[in-house]
Amino acid sequence: MHLAYPAVLSALLFCTGLYGVLARRNAILVLMSVELMLNAVNLNLVAFDVWLSRTAEETLHSGQALTLFTITIAAAEIGIGLAIVLAVYRNRGTSDIDRLRDTAESHDADGPDRDASTAPPAEKAEATA
Amino acid sequence: MTLAAAAATAHATTTSAAEAHGFLSPTGVEIAFLLVGLVTFGAALVTVTTRQLVHAALWLVVTLGGLAIEYLLLTAEFIAWVQVLIYVGSVVVLLLFGLMLTKAPIGRSPDADSGNRWAALTVAVAAAATLIWVVVDAFRTTWIDLDGPAAGSTKATGESLFQNWVLPFEGLSVLLLAALVGAIVLSRQAKATATEPGAPSEREPR
Amino acid sequence: MTTTTLAVLVPLLPFLGAAAGLLLGRTAPGFVRPLAILPTLASLVLAAVVALRQGGDQPINAATELTPTGSVPIELALYIDGFAALVAVLVGVVATCVQIYSTGYLREDPRYPSYAALVSLFTSAMLLVVYSGDLMVLLVGWEIMGICSYFLVGHYWETPEARAASIKAFLVTKLGDVPFLIGLFALATDAGSFRITKVLGTVASGGLDHPTLIALLLLAGVAGKSAQFPLHTWLPDAMAGPTPVSALIHAATMVAAGVYFVARLLPVFEASQAAMIVLAVMAAVTMIGSGLAALAQDDIKRVLAYSTIGQLGYMTGALAVADRGAAVFHLLSHGAFKALLFLAAGVIIHAAGTNSLAAMSRMKDLRARVPDAYWTMTVALLALAAIPPFSGFFSKESVLGAAEHVATGHAERVPGAAGWVVLGAGLLTALLTAAYAMRLWLLAFRGRGAEAPDHGRQPLTMTVVLWVLAAPSLAVGALAYRVLPDWFDGRDLAPTLTTSVLGTGVALVGGIVTYAAWRHTAAVAARVPLGAVAAHPEGDAAQVEAEAIASHAPVYGGVAYAPDPADPGRLLLGPLHRHAAVGFHLDAVYRALFVRPVQGGASLVRFLDREVVDTYVRGAGALPRWLGIAVRRAQTGNVQTYVSALLAGTVVLAVAAVLVATGA
Repeated sequence: MHLAYPAVLSALLFCTGLYGVLARRNAILVLMSVELMLNAVNLNLVAFDVWLSRTAEETLHSGQALTLFTITIAAAEIGIGLAIVLAVYRNRGTSDIDRLRDTAESHDADGPDRDASTAPPAEKAEATA
Repeated sequence: MTLAAAAATAHATTTSAAEAHGFLSPTGVEIAFLLVGLVTFGAALVTVTTRQLVHAALWLVVTLGGLAIEYLLLTAEFIAWVQVLIYVGSVVVLLLFGLMLTKAPIGRSPDADSGNRWAALTVAVAAAATLIWVVVDAFRTTWIDLDGPAAGSTKATGESLFQNWVLPFEGLSVLLLAALVGAIVLSRQAKATATEPGAPSEREPR
Repeated sequence: MTTTTLAVLVPLLPFLGAAAGLLLGRTAPGFVRPLAILPTLASLVLAAVVALRQGGDQPINAATELTPTGSVPIELALYIDGFAALVAVLVGVVATCVQIYSTGYLREDPRYPSYAALVSLFTSAMLLVVYSGDLMVLLVGWEIMGICSYFLVGHYWETPEARAASIKAFLVTKLGDVPFLIGLFALATDAGSFRITKVLGTVASGGLDHPTLIALLLLAGVAGKSAQFPLHTWLPDAMAGPTPVSALIHAATMVAAGVYFVARLLPVFEASQAAMIVLAVMAAVTMIGSGLAALAQDDIKRVLAYSTIGQLGYMTGALAVADRGAAVFHLLSHGAFKALLFLAAGVIIHAAGTNSLAAMSRMKDLRARVPDAYWTMTVALLALAAIPPFSGFFSKESVLGAAEHVATGHAERVPGAAGWVVLGAGLLTALLTAAYAMRLWLLAFRGRGAEAPDHGRQPLTMTVVLWVLAAPSLAVGALAYRVLPDWFDGRDLAPTLTTSVLGTGVALVGGIVTYAAWRHTAAVAARVPLGAVAAHPEGDAAQVEAEAIASHAPVYGGVAYAPDPADPGRLLLGPLHRHAAVGFHLDAVYRALFVRPVQGGASLVRFLDREVVDTYVRGAGALPRWLGIAVRRAQTGNVQTYVSALLAGTVVLAVAAVLVATGA
């Protein structure tokens, strides 16, 4: 098999994940896109490992080992990420990334004050708790 | 290229014989890879563009499953099963729980994409073009010989993992433990603040 | 100890006293008075010993070079001839008297420690000027005096008059000091040394290339320090300082420094005929103008200030006819009686509670309140008016005699015109001097009206000093003109018959005319009530004086002027009175010539700075501000935007890197 096939597929998947990270509004969808990018990397690792294990007398299988590590780390990352998203959601009443603008210039109309004022009353009470 | 392929010393042990394997005469494995790859890529596109959040998670299952098949085609069977177990089995389930806990709307939500979409599209397309150009330019003649014993069988993977990668493997378990504790702490903190007196939160019945 | 060592100690002791006084003033108030008086007294004794040892013989000349300073060396040099020795004694006497007097005068002043230290420093600087044999070292003392006068004149800095006067004194003397410094450099360049002996040697051998230029530049500095026309205007205003400071400045230090400097470097000035003529004209204008102005002043201290300017005019006149013996003789006798006049005036101001002659002329029996001041001031005024046998007569006659000597063509190197100018102006000034001395005496001590307020006896320290200073004015003159030629150039200082008769005659005429005018106007005085006295007559003298100075302008309409129709000066001067009272509008002229253009220039610069330069600055600031606004726009807080920009940059960099790597 040509190495170009998995490599190109990996590149396409990576850029799809990239688009998702940059374009999605919901934080959980962003996390999904991150998973896509990680998987693209995994595919690359596996393909190159298979190629190298035949050509370069390479016996360490470092590509596959690293893939396993990446999968494990991705699982951990998704756990922590979801915990953070949940915490943010409880505090702010939203998990939309483009509403979390505490670092914006204060005179900006999209400041956190507006978020607080437009949030539902129950969530607002929770946010101030 | 095809003329050179006619020399038909193709499945020799050499892998750099680009002349032997043209893109216009794909093998069966390549066709299968291509088809599954198309499905995977399409599912990924739907995942990042759909307006229904739960559907996005389900299309993600398709993408990850497709990738598992690609691993199988590349003879990395252990990785493939791990992919199915961990990603499809746990990660997606976690994501679905996350969607539910954040009260993600069921059905089409018109504002699933942020205003940053066109910039994101530009960047993504540019990155894709660059990557594909570089990758194709570098590896268009490289051939993977898939014959012989599977490169990624459980035996081979297990031997390399427990002979050469033991220490990182054990380190990884520590990292997993840390992530577990971290996730618990984050969740507990959020709960503690939510149940403080004066602002009891009835929305999180525990 | 050798004479040189003693001479070094003379300026050093008051300096150490000043340093100690400044250091200990706050922590050990008990030491302040001894620290003020004892070093000055010691240096007086040492100066007297130095003078006796020197005895008018060969000058003491010693020098040591601290460090090489390039082509023109600067040395710590002593050059003590008869002039220096005697002037140093005068400085010591007056400074000691002033220090003793100040202990009484500023008895309750909270700033007395710094005041006493500055007076000591002032004395030390003057002694340095007197003894120095190196022009650079002399300049150091010269400038220290300038800064000390600034601080001391501004001692009552709570009053706006004192602040303005101190700044004016500083600026006007500095105006002269700049050309003076340039003149010193030019002189040293021509002579190849700052040593006075070498400079005089160069002059004697005719090695001076630009004598007129150098002499005129030096004259500017002398005119500033010695308050000669046209740089004299700071001196009357300096009356805003405490009276002892006025006595010190007028009698022994500061103003004497200029005359003394010219006397010391007289050959340099003699080398230029033009400089001598300028000096003579300057002296004549100064004498006559100050005499007229003194006749119109209302503040008793300003009368004395203008009289100082006039007497300094006599000294520069004597120098203009190249007789430095006569100049320094008059410097010595004037130093004694002018110090006395000022100190007595301080006592009178304290007793009367006012510094206005118009107010004093309406007080009965003021002389009974201050008998010591009355008698000693009478003596000093007689000496000022040059009535024989008081000391002023002999010194002034020596000046007039020298002028007559030159005018009749008996001197080779001095133009006869200078002699005529000095002689004519001198005689006219003798008339005016007698007139204003008489007026001062009559108005202060022969007042009619209400009883003078009784504040008890004056402090002993203040009255004893008066008698000490009265002794030389009374007796020394007749002795001095026989002894002094041994110390000076050896030229005869005895009064000649013609000038004596002329001078005494015009002085008597001036006195009698003033008395007649006073008799004529005294009747009016009773009808026009006038005057104000200090609010705290029981305070110490310095406080009374400060209040008197502060209240003069509000009460009478000017620091120098009082609308008193009973003033004999008004009758004598007629229409001139109005102009004389304000110093012939010289301040207004200066204001128009210098102050206004400088203020105009300053406002122009301010305009340029605010409107032109700042426009560029603001313009330079605008571009970054716009850029900042643009950048701020980008700070939306949206993480996705940031990451998009980051990744776009990464892509661009990656493409660039690939292109470079492939050599495309």
